Amino acid sequence: MDERIEQFPPYRKAETHGHDDHGHDDHGHAHAHPGFWSTYIFSPDHKVIGIQYGVTALSFLFFGLMLMLLMRWQIAHPGQAVPLIGWFLEKMLGETMAPHGVISPDLYNAFGAMHGTIMVFLGIVPLAFAAFGNYVVPLMIGAPDMAFPRVNMASYQAYFLGGLVMFISFFIPGGAAQAGWTSYSPLATSIPTHGQLFWIIGMILLITSSLLGAVNFIATIIQLRAPGMTWMRMPWFVWTQFITAFLLLLAFPPLEAAAVMQLMDNVAHTSFFLPTGLAVGGHLANISGGGSPLLWQHLFWFLGHPEVYVLILPAMGIVCEIVANNTRKPIWGYKSLVYAVLAIGFLSMIVWAHHMYMTGMGTVISTFFQATTMIISIPSVIILTCLFISLWGGSIRINTPMLFALAFLPMFGIGGLTGLPLGFNVSDVHLHDTYYIIAHFHYVVAPGTIFGLFAGVYFWYPKMTGRKMSEFWGGVHFWCSLLFMNIVFMPMFAQGMAGMLRRMADGGANYSAEVNSRAGGDVIGGLSPAMMSLHTPILWGAICLGIAQIPFIINFFWSISHGEKVGDNPWQSTTLEWQTPTPPPHGNFAITPRVYRGPYEYSVPGHDTDFTPQNEPDVPTPAAPKVPTPAH
Amino acid sequence: MEIPYTVEARPDTGLYNAKVGIWLFLASEVMLFGGLFSGYILLRVGAEPGMWPHGWQNLTLGTINTIVLALSAITTLMAWVACKVRQFDKFKFFHACTLLCALTFLCIKLVEYHEHLNHYEIHLTDGTIADGDMVQNDPTQDHIVISGRIVTDEKLLYDLRSQKNIEEKELTIPRSQIQDMQSYGPWHNNYLALYFTLTGLHALHILGGSVVIAYLWGPGRKMWKKDPERYTNRVEVSGLFWHFVDLVWIFLFPVLYLT
Repeated sequence: MDERIEQFPPYRKAETHGHDDHGHDDHGHAHAHPGFWSTYIFSPDHKVIGIQYGVTALSFLFFGLMLMLLMRWQIAHPGQAVPLIGWFLEKMLGETMAPHGVISPDLYNAFGAMHGTIMVFLGIVPLAFAAFGNYVVPLMIGAPDMAFPRVNMASYQAYFLGGLVMFISFFIPGGAAQAGWTSYSPLATSIPTHGQLFWIIGMILLITSSLLGAVNFIATIIQLRAPGMTWMRMPWFVWTQFITAFLLLLAFPPLEAAAVMQLMDNVAHTSFFLPTGLAVGGHLANISGGGSPLLWQHLFWFLGHPEVYVLILPAMGIVCEIVANNTRKPIWGYKSLVYAVLAIGFLSMIVWAHHMYMTGMGTVISTFFQATTMIISIPSVIILTCLFISLWGGSIRINTPMLFALAFLPMFGIGGLTGLPLGFNVSDVHLHDTYYIIAHFHYVVAPGTIFGLFAGVYFWYPKMTGRKMSEFWGGVHFWCSLLFMNIVFMPMFAQGMAGMLRRMADGGANYSAEVNSRAGGDVIGGLSPAMMSLHTPILWGAICLGIAQIPFIINFFWSISHGEKVGDNPWQSTTLEWQTPTPPPHGNFAITPRVYRGPYEYSVPGHDTDFTPQNEPDVPTPAAPKVPTPAH
Repeated sequence: MEIPYTVEARPDTGLYNAKVGIWLFLASEVMLFGGLFSGYILLRVGAEPGMWPHGWQNLTLGTINTIVLALSAITTLMAWVACKVRQFDKFKFFHACTLLCALTFLCIKLVEYHEHLNHYEIHLTDGTIADGDMVQNDPTQDHIVISGRIVTDEKLLYDLRSQKNIEEKELTIPRSQIQDMQSYGPWHNNYLALYFTLTGLHALHILGGSVVIAYLWGPGRKMWKKDPERYTNRVEVSGLFWHFVDLVWIFLFPVLYLT
């Protein structure tokens, strides 16, 4: 028990009043003798749910990485059997999908669609928002739990079911969804597999999960802040989670509407997204027609773009906490950060059609969305600038979380800046749907967001387990990941600018100069041998990137029992989550903390430590000021 | 452990937790139906001229349903007021009325669905179109019987509002003359697709709301004895949802029935 908590004045004695006959007694009984199931599987405790989300999401991230490795093999060696596990693919997925261990184009498409879906909806959002948000936010604001613990549990269960549905879809006849993670209609409805149906049902479950989570987060942050925790005293991480929750709350439902309509197209043979005269496989489709493929794209990207900020904002919040903690000085421009994240939240709702410049939706609309897209880069730059300036003059402590946080800044910077040519509709015409796009958004999400998330795992691990992860293996994990991430994604900028399109099962071999020259004089040019040969280093970079995660996985499990034991506040942090026992008990705080100051009071002059916890009272000791002036 | 503000309001927000939660949930519901309504707008604007149906709905049934839902909104409010003044018998009566209204609404909705699904547009080999309610469709017989009319121009089937006194009679059609036969289900055209999707989703909301209200009215009432204030809050929160569902219908009715 941290003694500091005890000595601060309690605002509420939880046991003496309020706990009479208010219908909570059933709650008390449930925890008298908690068994395995109610402690670890069906627990309403936000910390357990956070860890459940975290472990599930990390597993899905690894699964998504594996899909990517298979795709990279197919791109570098089109038509060749996958080494080592080719027989396994054939056995599991059937002879039509993986004949003799070769990834068929259909399977490649399924892997592509599911890689995106899994990484975004089953990996990063649950990890960044649900896992860290669940574990850290209530602790940071001094709340005993989320506002609706059982809704929280339902949220995880819906997510788990959604993931299960997505996973099972690989093994049905015809395979998983093959129309890309964007599932554009009419393609999505025309491909003869029930994988799309599984995709839609999985998405509806995942959207439900996000909805329940988002309502819970916002209500928790509005209602359960500890006394004294004013809005401007909240750690910035909580702000990012707050805005993220709003984005999920308001941007996801239109996709749910679209998913319902696509479900109707699939099941009830409506034509919401199917235009008149649609031909499938050379025959006129037997549909009523009159639908609008653009409608799907609008509804999808109305989610899709806020989703980008759902992916990035929590990672930014994590980086901000770690930067402040490890520079041992207040974050620079806290208010600017808050206003910037508010601005992003609003603007992200009105930039979606910059994904659709090539659809012919009209120049006026393109111009509008080009303008808003340029405007939204301003708050993003403000955030990055604040974090960079925070480093200035700090006595920086280098540890694994800080390494990942520091790498986040330039990596996200590359991702952000390479997005500008895509935001202008003129340059987008050339770059649209090429590997340039892949490189751009992976720089934002992979060495950007995922590095932020790794930083968070290393940073809060001691709070969850009472032990630190190994610094040495953390360093190995970091440096290898940084190197191989760049080997994988940097060449794609060049490939994309050379005109290599994404989503090609043969990695563009059919459009290479080599194949074209064989066709005779009719076709000139094509992808140069230099561009095609980049596939090989990317493949090896990807394989090494996969191997580089092994130290992390081992470190993660090994440190649970063998890591260095640490106290309640190993990073000497100011925020409230470190002012509780480790790991925090059910209910988090022995006595609800009272907050006296902002979140980043590091190196305050005159204070005996270089950090001042948020719940430390203002007046140091009542005796000190009473001392009269020294007598002469 | 006790979570603060489950019953009493937080002083600076003036709200208890569940009320914040339900309003947030309703905000997301607005976006859900907003997405569908934007689909309605885009598809209707993009429809071929003269091919957007008018007057395809049974206005009498639609009006009755509107009134039924409006009544249920009143009884929901009265049920909450009864809880507030601690008159549980009145609460039971009013919420029984709400449930009855919900049931009536759903039954009428089913009748309407049946009317549409039993209505057929039949393209005949001679190029004309027979259109009407199915009377007899026995697979062992070599003909079918519908109650309707035969038109030469498909557009006549779309604008029913401008045509007064459509003459309907029983028609016997040999199966050999049928080129293509389709009922007025969601597959028939985009209007019906929207109609079935929107009202279907709305009906699911009615069903969900009814389940919650039935729970509060039935097994959930145990809480009334232990913690009437919390129980009243539950009634209020479910009532907010119910009013939202009613409000959605207030938009659906003109959009699908009157225009």
